[in-house]
Amino acid sequence: MRRFKQFHLIVIPIAMFGFGYLMVPIYDIFCDITGLNGKTGSISQAEVDALDADQDRRVRVEFISALNQNAQWDFYPEVKSMKVTPGKSYTTTYTATNRLDQNTVGQAVPSVAPAQAATYFNKTECFCFVQQSFEPLESRQMPLVFVVDPKLPEDINTLTLSYTFFDVNSRIN
Amino acid sequence: MNAYSVDHSHDDLHDHGPPPGLMRWVTTTNHKDIGTLYLWFSLIMFFIGGFMALIIRTELFQPGLQIVDPHFFNQMTTMHALVMIFGVVMPAFVGLANWMLPMMVGAPDMALPRMNNWSFWILPFGFAMMLSTLFMEGGGPASGWTIYPPLVLQTGDALPFLIFSIHILGVSSIMGAINIVATIMNMRAPGMTYMKMPLFVWTWFITAYLLIAVMPVLAGAVTMLLTDKFFGTSFFDAAGGGDPVMFQHIFWFFGHPEVYILILPAFGIVSEIIPTFSRKKLFGYSSMVYATASIAFLSFIVWAHHMFTVGMPLAGEIFFMFTTMLIAVPTGVKVFNWVSTMWRGAMTFETPMLFAIGFVIMFTIGGFSGLMLAMTPIDFQYHDTYFVVAHFHYVLVPGAIFAIIAAVYYWLPKWTGNMYDEKLGKAHFWLSTIFVNILFFPMHFVGLAGMPRRIPDYAVQFTDFNQIATIGAFGFGFAQILLLVVAIKCIRGGAKATNEVWEGAHGLEWSVASPAPYHTFSPQPVVK
Repeated sequence: MRRFKQFHLIVIPIAMFGFGYLMVPIYDIFCDITGLNGKTGSISQAEVDALDADQDRRVRVEFISALNQNAQWDFYPEVKSMKVTPGKSYTTTYTATNRLDQNTVGQAVPSVAPAQAATYFNKTECFCFVQQSFEPLESRQMPLVFVVDPKLPEDINTLTLSYTFFDVNSRIN
Repeated sequence: MNAYSVDHSHDDLHDHGPPPGLMRWVTTTNHKDIGTLYLWFSLIMFFIGGFMALIIRTELFQPGLQIVDPHFFNQMTTMHALVMIFGVVMPAFVGLANWMLPMMVGAPDMALPRMNNWSFWILPFGFAMMLSTLFMEGGGPASGWTIYPPLVLQTGDALPFLIFSIHILGVSSIMGAINIVATIMNMRAPGMTYMKMPLFVWTWFITAYLLIAVMPVLAGAVTMLLTDKFFGTSFFDAAGGGDPVMFQHIFWFFGHPEVYILILPAFGIVSEIIPTFSRKKLFGYSSMVYATASIAFLSFIVWAHHMFTVGMPLAGEIFFMFTTMLIAVPTGVKVFNWVSTMWRGAMTFETPMLFAIGFVIMFTIGGFSGLMLAMTPIDFQYHDTYFVVAHFHYVLVPGAIFAIIAAVYYWLPKWTGNMYDEKLGKAHFWLSTIFVNILFFPMHFVGLAGMPRRIPDYAVQFTDFNQIATIGAFGFGFAQILLLVVAIKCIRGGAKATNEVWEGAHGLEWSVASPAPYHTFSPQPVVK
């Protein structure tokens, strides 16, 4: 009998196992470019100053909040919606209250709908950039500074920004 | 088809049988023994998975909750799918490949016989582990076989067992596939060029490449689930920067080629049977090969049609819609080739031929409902309804399963040396065909009317069609006992089969004695 010489039969499964993992960064990059997963972008103050505000245009930004199933918080936006001028920067806040009698840590994860608008919604400052620690029963307002890119497609007049607050205590411990 | 010559002068040297006793089956490296093991394993799992399906259909006989609680119902839909896909269709195809591939290419055995033993024997352990989860705290997996996070991460103690059993099944099929490719590449009889190989060999050759390419991706996906649950990674956890939708992309990158793994060998089987009973050469042999290869290639770039509703850019939806529809072209080539093979043939309708013709007609029905699902705007309405259930059951039951049954009837006389009971075989076919349509056709209607899948209860207006489907399910289930009866009767005795078995049969496997001797084709025949 001839010797086994189809080594590609061993190389392919190992490479494809690696490819499964490689799909993770590929997906992230793909989403970064397309905004496919609704993840918003961040932007520096210098870049905001360089933007030309589109004074003729008004875009409605709606704010909503959600908790994942285990989170013991009250969590809501200060205002439900704003009319904004693309290219100008705005500030609003979300309020979170720890309902528990102990220290706890949360992480807010943003998402923008429609997904095509996600890459045009940029933040210079956001409480979602870092994990938020709370004392027992502490309540506080958390700021958000954002700018809508003037290049936002013409047919999009309303953006909905959603924050989901996750309990991340188990990840830290 | 092929001209060949066999030198029988050395046959007596090799004409010893297997060792006696149970250890024969544990230690065997003989491709025929291992094929037999795979086929029996698959038949047992078929009845286990079928029993689960009957629990589902019994619960759905009436609206409201009757016999099982919803959590157990969800475990049944999940396990039914896992058992039928990984425990029935895939092992049955591998079993048929083990039995027939070496005989069809004129090889004395598989290229890697010891690995062959191993790839079978880890299967029963994998399934023992998977089925044992049903008896664990919190029950078995209940998230559907697609194991989407975050739902699947709520599974109780069963989760690591489910994941390890999927690893084991994956390792088993990758080893089986490596063996098949190595056999085809290295062990063909002198003179058998690639374009002279029987189509069952060709379709398995391509299927084996699909297997080694995508089973590792599934292994990676379930490993990520494992580390997300127990080791603090967040591949699919939004709180840690992950994305659950990404799991769907990785899963269906495996999942779509997987559905072709479940059907391409069936195409090969039907392409063997129809020419035999039409007494004509297969129409368009090379176009069949190229069509199979095109389907395999396209299967890698259509995965997101399973997830049109997750929120994709329009460009993505259009891309996946058109590539999906493109698959209809090579599949159409195959269907027309089968019909053209039958055209003006001297046809007879023995049981394998009946099942093969049933396959062509009913698989095509499943293909058409697949085309409807491929259209993105329409899919938003049909997504996760019984229309999807009807679609994939049409391609898998009267599709893949009918082809496997056809193959069993077709080659059973070669395996046992006896003819099976033709009357019982025909009864099996007609009962199966009538009941399978009573079972699955009404699902199209309730699906179009909006009945969601994987739900133990439903709105009352769906009752009539669900009751019809349940009657069909019990009829189809009990009709399969005939398959067991025919197989056992045939093993025990019956009219002696000739070497050719079928008048119109061509190919190397029909040149050896019936039953096929324990060792065949050493020395190898020469194909001219």
